[in-house]
Amino acid sequence: MLRGKQTWWFENRPVIIGTGTVVGPDEGAGPLTADFDLVHAELDLNQKSWEKAERLLLEQASDFAIKNSGLRKDQVQFYIGGDLLNQLISNSFTARDLGLPYIGVFGACSTSMLSLALAAHLVNSGTAEFAMAGTCSHNCTAEKQFRYPTEYGSQKPPTAQYTVTGAGAAVVAASGNGPVVTCATIGKIVDLGISDPFNMGAAMAPAAVDTIQTHLSDTGRMPADYDMIVTGDLATVGHRIAVDLFARDGVPMQDTVFSDCGLMIYDVERQKVQAGGSGCACSAVVTYGHLMKRLRRGELKRILVVATGALLSPLSYQQGETIPCIAHAVAIERGDA
Amino acid sequence: MATRTAGKGKFKPMSMSSKEYKTFAKQREPSRSVLQNCVRAFVSGGLICVLGQAIQNGYMSWMKLSATQAANPTVATLIFISVLLTCFGVYDKLAQWAGAGSAVPVTGFANSMCSAALEHRAEGLVLGVGGNMFKLAGSVIVYGTVAAFVIGLIHVIFGIRGH
Repeated sequence: MLRGKQTWWFENRPVIIGTGTVVGPDEGAGPLTADFDLVHAELDLNQKSWEKAERLLLEQASDFAIKNSGLRKDQVQFYIGGDLLNQLISNSFTARDLGLPYIGVFGACSTSMLSLALAAHLVNSGTAEFAMAGTCSHNCTAEKQFRYPTEYGSQKPPTAQYTVTGAGAAVVAASGNGPVVTCATIGKIVDLGISDPFNMGAAMAPAAVDTIQTHLSDTGRMPADYDMIVTGDLATVGHRIAVDLFARDGVPMQDTVFSDCGLMIYDVERQKVQAGGSGCACSAVVTYGHLMKRLRRGELKRILVVATGALLSPLSYQQGETIPCIAHAVAIERGDA
Repeated sequence: MATRTAGKGKFKPMSMSSKEYKTFAKQREPSRSVLQNCVRAFVSGGLICVLGQAIQNGYMSWMKLSATQAANPTVATLIFISVLLTCFGVYDKLAQWAGAGSAVPVTGFANSMCSAALEHRAEGLVLGVGGNMFKLAGSVIVYGTVAAFVIGLIHVIFGIRGH
């Protein structure tokens, strides 16, 4: 059911019955390491290419999600996923091996909540009983495709972000035990003229603010109605900007815990990640690993996850284009709440 | 400039002009210390040159080469060290600290070629390594040659001579 302008209201309360998260060594060295299903010690996962390593992360995360849901692979009816690589190759190969009907989506780092919103929509509308959403990113494939070769000695500015190596997947079901997806706000593209690919937090912050303000208006909720509102990968710079934009617009974000997955996944002071984490996997592993566990433990009752995406391509920024950005918000509640 | 309207949870969508936002964002970005980067580049670049000089002096005293004869093996040795450090995954970490100090000397050039070759090994020897090795170094060669041509013209036309 559409509520307001951009928000899907899931009246049939689709349930996230199982999630799977797999991360690399840097994320394993971060503060949330205990919340992931599998932590790899090697960046290359003993694969012959970075691309193969990224693919393996997603395959493992989807296996964990299906296993943790108590399902067999053939019971999942649709798989919705996306990643950062050209033509979504990580997801295409994973979907090939899963052998499931597959919907590939591109939302850059917002893919986690875009795919979760779509999976919840399928289940809520009755067109699927079980649907899986998944996404992945790898630090080295992202560096290779969007920036420079991984071993190239270029100095990164303090506004740059560190792409998370990992993958997260979630199985959404019509009924069962687990956190409930109650609504989702699909974002609009917001582009306020930032063109520096080493400053994506600043580029994406207005998109996050726009989606959150639209979500609050569509649902008639206040920030205080959420125990936590968490953005995807704004990191230090983008988060600071978002806080100030909310203050400017008179949105009382101080009434809730307002945080960012890119700041939660690493110890930003200690680990050399510049402004913080980014990438599709950033919001996916923090939400499906850390936040789901906190919801299940009852520490959180209702959260809003706002995954942010910078929809640039290496070609577009080399041609001097600005960075179109988007944010998708999904509200998740504790099952028995 | 509060945009909140009447009623619970009623907020207008984000609105700000691109020009206004750029200034807004700029004020909230961490500043990059130009002075600190210059000092680091001076120290690290200088140390690489000192190392090069030491290697050259070594070739001159042990292998009895003249300064000119020792130049080529010195460059080769520096390239070898840079490639080794790139392969061990150390050079990019040094570069994050050193900045231009590790990018400008010949070691930076070697790093740009070696890192591209390593990165694209998975795409094969021809289209991967061969086709991508000069991805970054290519523009150095192109504009190095263009610059040399311009300097050459100045030299011919105005008769300005170096040593």
